[in-house]
Amino acid sequence: MLALQIIWFLLVGILIIGYAILDGFDLGVGFWHLFAKKKGERSAFIESIEPFWDGNEVWLLTGGGALFAAFPPVYATVFSGFYLALMLVLLGLILRAVAIEFRNKVDSPGWTKAWDYAFAFGSILPSILFGVAIGNVLRGLELNEIGDYTGGFFALLNPFSLLCGLVGLAMFAMHGALYLSMKLEGEIAADARRWASRAWMVFVVLFMVATIWGALGFFYNITAVPLVLALFAVLASVSSFVFNRAGRAVAAFVSSCETIVFTMLAVAAALFPYMVPCTNNPDWSLTINNSSSSQLTLTSMLVIALIGMPIVLAYTVFIHRVFKGKVEVREE
Amino acid sequence: MDAVLLARIQFALTIGFHYIFPPLTIGLGWMLFVYHTLYRKTQSPVYRQLAHFWTKMFAINFVVGVATGITMEFQFGTNWAAYSRFVGDIFGAPLAAEGVFAFFLESSFLGILVYGEKKVSKTVYWISSLMVALGATLSAFWIVVANSWQQTPAGYEVVDGRAVLTNFAEAVFNPSTVVRYLHVVAAALVVGTFFILGVSAWMVLKKKHGDFAKQSLKSAFIPCMVAIVIVMGVGHPHAIQVAETQPAKLAAFEGLWETQTNAPALLFGIPNAEEERTDFALEIPGGLSMLIDGTTTREVQGLKDFAPEDRPPLGITFFSFHSMVYLGVWFFLIAFGGFVLLKMGKLYENRLYLMAATLTVPLPFFANELGWIAAEVGRQPWVVYNELRTSNAISASVPPGQVLASIIMFTLIYALLFGVWWFLLKRQFNKGPESIESIKGEVE
Repeated sequence: MLALQIIWFLLVGILIIGYAILDGFDLGVGFWHLFAKKKGERSAFIESIEPFWDGNEVWLLTGGGALFAAFPPVYATVFSGFYLALMLVLLGLILRAVAIEFRNKVDSPGWTKAWDYAFAFGSILPSILFGVAIGNVLRGLELNEIGDYTGGFFALLNPFSLLCGLVGLAMFAMHGALYLSMKLEGEIAADARRWASRAWMVFVVLFMVATIWGALGFFYNITAVPLVLALFAVLASVSSFVFNRAGRAVAAFVSSCETIVFTMLAVAAALFPYMVPCTNNPDWSLTINNSSSSQLTLTSMLVIALIGMPIVLAYTVFIHRVFKGKVEVREE
Repeated sequence: MDAVLLARIQFALTIGFHYIFPPLTIGLGWMLFVYHTLYRKTQSPVYRQLAHFWTKMFAINFVVGVATGITMEFQFGTNWAAYSRFVGDIFGAPLAAEGVFAFFLESSFLGILVYGEKKVSKTVYWISSLMVALGATLSAFWIVVANSWQQTPAGYEVVDGRAVLTNFAEAVFNPSTVVRYLHVVAAALVVGTFFILGVSAWMVLKKKHGDFAKQSLKSAFIPCMVAIVIVMGVGHPHAIQVAETQPAKLAAFEGLWETQTNAPALLFGIPNAEEERTDFALEIPGGLSMLIDGTTTREVQGLKDFAPEDRPPLGITFFSFHSMVYLGVWFFLIAFGGFVLLKMGKLYENRLYLMAATLTVPLPFFANELGWIAAEVGRQPWVVYNELRTSNAISASVPPGQVLASIIMFTLIYALLFGVWWFLLKRQFNKGPESIESIKGEVE
């Protein structure tokens, strides 16, 4: 029965989408962090994400765990294949985590500045590398019979995947700027709105180029579905741009969330039923069918997900309600 | 360099460093809940001081635990791809469950505990402190489940070269899960409570923060005594479990070579792997048989029963186990000795004791690490006991040079994190709590 595999393909997808939406905004805030001129503004940036970033990152951990549990060969192939890239992701995530918490612990300009750079660097690097990873999975990888990647590190830095890396960066930058425009007030909120518009322009151009390039060159599932989803992503981003221009910050942010959802769904649809296409021998590709865990494991995990995920959503909503409202920029 | 060795060095480095922080998170987490509860009941400002002061330490520690924990979630795939393919059907589920059931709980409510006191009601704030402790403790459960399955795999069969789940409950509650979980959580309580004990002793010794330091010190004794008694109490059934399910490991713990009834318990000795004997042995005759079974007639397997390639590395396993036990005895003395001094009214002037308690701060961290080393190295040469050898478990596709590069990267960044972690904690120790006046002002 393939139904469980399809469910888990979707559930892993939902976790990755949840991560992209939630950590996406705080990664995006990291991108703009150094653009803020005043010290008080930077503190407000941090304050706007402080209670959330950790919970946001848990989506990545849970997504990784779910991928491991539901599709172990995919986890093994992708994580070992992208070894150096993932080590750099880890470096970034470690640095930004401690930077967020440590930057205001010591009252010294040098101390704060050093952690501000660490936060920006640690946000930008993963934003790019997640896109590069997705680009490579879309292209397919050179594998051997047991599924080990054989292509070497530099083959991962191909033009299409690097383009996808920039799409990711632009998407999170747009998302983060819209988040800031929603959470802040006054001059800096106006700055954030301008940043969001600029990031949108970059995103929408790069995204369309990447979609057409991918559809002509790489997608394994060349039906209308991924292209329609990609079109929805573009439309959602346009509405986010329009709302942003109209000063409707919440609506713009919600549209930006939709942009991320459709983008990720387009990726999933372009791959399905493949998870890691193999370029040198299609028979060695990892699919949801040949790479899944046993039915018993998928069922047990489904029970865990059905009990756990509603609770998780409840926490997420609860914490955002507790910390709702604007963050004040104070003179420092 | 050898690819397997490099992968093992990296795993030992990253897990060893990560494991400094979560036990303190768990132990301090429960102490925070105790302080918040006492404040709620008595409204005495000193409990609020205690809660806030130790929450700051908690937050600093927590973030380093999170930051270094991300590495662990990735590392099975990056460095142990063959292992991941072999165990994925079983091993991934507890990791995912940890995220769903523990991390979300912990991280959401920590946000409230650290940043949200003014934004929620007093009851919600108090519940948040419980949820944070509970989240940390649940997280340990799923990790111990995953690790215990490596130690004593159950609820599976091997099909086409990979382990396939046959019974979820048997896999989760495999023969070592429960006893190891209790031992680990109790050991984490030891870390947290002795951390408060030792740091407070230092503050009293240095005459810092006056009455607050004394109250903090005083508050630590009962939790310390409870924690050390539980950890020792659970250590005993844990040893029985090891004897029954992992006899080679027990033999290595005890430096026991010959299979025998009336097996001795070793108080001290130096195992000699080359000559297959234990030098300078100081033994209690029949002690080991007694400990395991209550009778001296119980037969205990010795190392010679196992082929040399199936024996764990002897020196590390033996010394880490014994050092852990010695440290446990030391903690017992510090906790109960201090409590006696407190009751005699001689605690705060006894410089010798305060100094000893201060120097004890790092020791529970060592004891925890040593316990894990004994458990993990004692499982060798297997990564999944009697099923998969560590040497067959690594990622074949990752060039050793890349692993070396990541080892260097982790060493540098972790050295930085450790330095900053300690620097910030020390600053907080020096700074002390908020003043009683400011609390009174806020309450009114």
